[in-house]
Amino acid sequence: MSNIKYILGHFADPDDLMHGIDKLQENNVSVYDVYTPMPIHGIEDKLGIKRSRLGKVAFGFGLTGTITAISMITYMLVIDWPMNIGGKPNFAFPDFVPIMFELTVLFAAFGMVGTYFFVNHLAPGRAPRVMDLRATNDRFVVAIDAKANPYHDKIDDILKEAGAVEVKHNERKYVSYE
Amino acid sequence: MSSHHESILREPLVTGENITYSKVTEDILVPVENKPNKAWWIGFIVSAMGAGLWVFSVSWTFWFGIGEWGLNKTVGWAWDITGFVWWVGIGHAGTLISAVLLLFRQNWRNSINRSAEAMTIFAVICAASYIISHMGRPWLFHWALPLPNQYGSLWVNFNSPLVWDVFAISTYFSVSLVFWYTGLLPDIATIRDRAIGTRRRIYSILSFGWNGSVKTWQRFELVSLILAGVSTPLVLSVHTIVSMDFATSVIPGWHTTIFPPYFVAGAIFSGFAMVQTLLLVTRKVMNFENYITMFHIESMNKIIILTGSIVGVAYLTELFIAWYSGVEYEQYAFLNRVSGPYWWAYWIMMTCNVISPQLFWFKKIRTSIALSWLLSIVVNIGMWFERFVIIVTSLHRDYLPSSWVMFYPSWVDVGIFIGSIGLFFTLFLLFLRVLPAIAMAEVKLLLKSSSDQAKQKLIAEQVVDKGQADYYIESLEKYDSVSPKVAEYEKV
Repeated sequence: MSNIKYILGHFADPDDLMHGIDKLQENNVSVYDVYTPMPIHGIEDKLGIKRSRLGKVAFGFGLTGTITAISMITYMLVIDWPMNIGGKPNFAFPDFVPIMFELTVLFAAFGMVGTYFFVNHLAPGRAPRVMDLRATNDRFVVAIDAKANPYHDKIDDILKEAGAVEVKHNERKYVSYE
Repeated sequence: MSSHHESILREPLVTGENITYSKVTEDILVPVENKPNKAWWIGFIVSAMGAGLWVFSVSWTFWFGIGEWGLNKTVGWAWDITGFVWWVGIGHAGTLISAVLLLFRQNWRNSINRSAEAMTIFAVICAASYIISHMGRPWLFHWALPLPNQYGSLWVNFNSPLVWDVFAISTYFSVSLVFWYTGLLPDIATIRDRAIGTRRRIYSILSFGWNGSVKTWQRFELVSLILAGVSTPLVLSVHTIVSMDFATSVIPGWHTTIFPPYFVAGAIFSGFAMVQTLLLVTRKVMNFENYITMFHIESMNKIIILTGSIVGVAYLTELFIAWYSGVEYEQYAFLNRVSGPYWWAYWIMMTCNVISPQLFWFKKIRTSIALSWLLSIVVNIGMWFERFVIIVTSLHRDYLPSSWVMFYPSWVDVGIFIGSIGLFFTLFLLFLRVLPAIAMAEVKLLLKSSSDQAKQKLIAEQVVDKGQADYYIESLEKYDSVSPKVAEYEKV
């Protein structure tokens, strides 16, 4: 039994990468993850990744912001300390709209980005879990779990045939830990 | 998909030969990974001296109060609010480039959005500092927030546009910061993975542990899109609310319904001018000519003509409505602007904002780097005068002729203004040194579709129509970064 944990296929071009993923899938090799220096459009469908629900999250937070604003202003200006301003109504809705809007945006933006950081484990100081240092620069890296997929030589051949410029066998999952 | 080719008729967004993904990284990280050059140091020292002046003048104001400014009983707002509106307006182009152009899928935003967003943040910092210092007792700035207090609680007045402004500016600043920083994460990770030692540790903390996996990118793109979607109305709302600081008052010259669209157009106008001022220098000093190309410069100049013309129409509409209203106070306010003691400020505004940008109709002028830079400075000056004209000339002759005065700035006013420019440039120059000034990941997206290299390859493979190819080659003539190649193709 070898100590290889992950097989990394390095591609220099996003189209070759897509081709490589196709080839791997044709041969029933499961892809663990793909690390790229830029977003690759259409890769989610290929890997069967579901649509992100962050849009709904943003909507929820935005609505919370709107409700927070209207309740806060109504409480302060209508219930807690009503003032007579030229005999005008205390519940001056049009005047509340600007702040309702601002808080909607504020809550939506912060709530969504906060959720994004949370679900992707992004936080200041978090140790980067990087499998290959060039994946943030110029290489498009397909990672294959070596324990789950046998016949490593065959996987190497598939990757190379599909146009991989380099194939690595890593004994450590992440190379970025100090 | 990245392999989709775009029409050959579109001008390239990335020029240069043998551009690869790694070359993009190398080129863009030159200023970050190397010691700064002489030009940077000269700029930095001059700006830092300006920032020092800012610290001194603002401290002076905090210590002695705003009586040290040139304000008087009649003119209660002058350079402070002029400076505030000017800076906020400048900030708006950053959001516009990063958000509105993203929604419209304008790929040319990819190489200028990063520095434009940075500019937004620094401009809003300058604007906010004006707000804090004009409060008189800045240590009580939290009184503008609805916080529980021992007076009842006595709440802030939510009917006041000044309170709306507190919410608008703070939301704008914080959302822009989040938008900018989220976009920076992949690029910080690139620096991290190339660095060693302490640098690596620092960028590792800053990168939030970014790894570029499929799911990270998928969510990243959605987050960027939604942030763009909420920032677009946000940026419009911010300047609308700034304009309402004036428009909801009853001062003739301020009390007009045209203010919101007029201010927003002016903000985009001045913001693009400032982006132009900064980027034309940056691309030269940092050798970014291949990424910030003549197409970018020309596109921004086109936006400057458009928004400049909108501003011009707004000025004329204001004059017309003042006359048409039949209200003598309103009519006098505008007559006084045009021909009163501040006529020179009005006409500087008119010349710089309405007349000189029209020169960009000439292709020679809008594709000339020197002239574009010069005119962008002229626009910045003009937009400062616009705010000065709106604020000071509307106030200096009020309802009672015995209190009519002129406004003379004190050295503290001048110090804060010049100092805020110094502060802005200091922050911008530091940004250029420590963070990538161009969004590398987004430029990499363009390489296979929109680069000159990709298009030349299509022409060489003869898969495109000959007439269209000729049109494309012809469009390259204006590019300062591809001139030798055009000659080569003409030979063929």
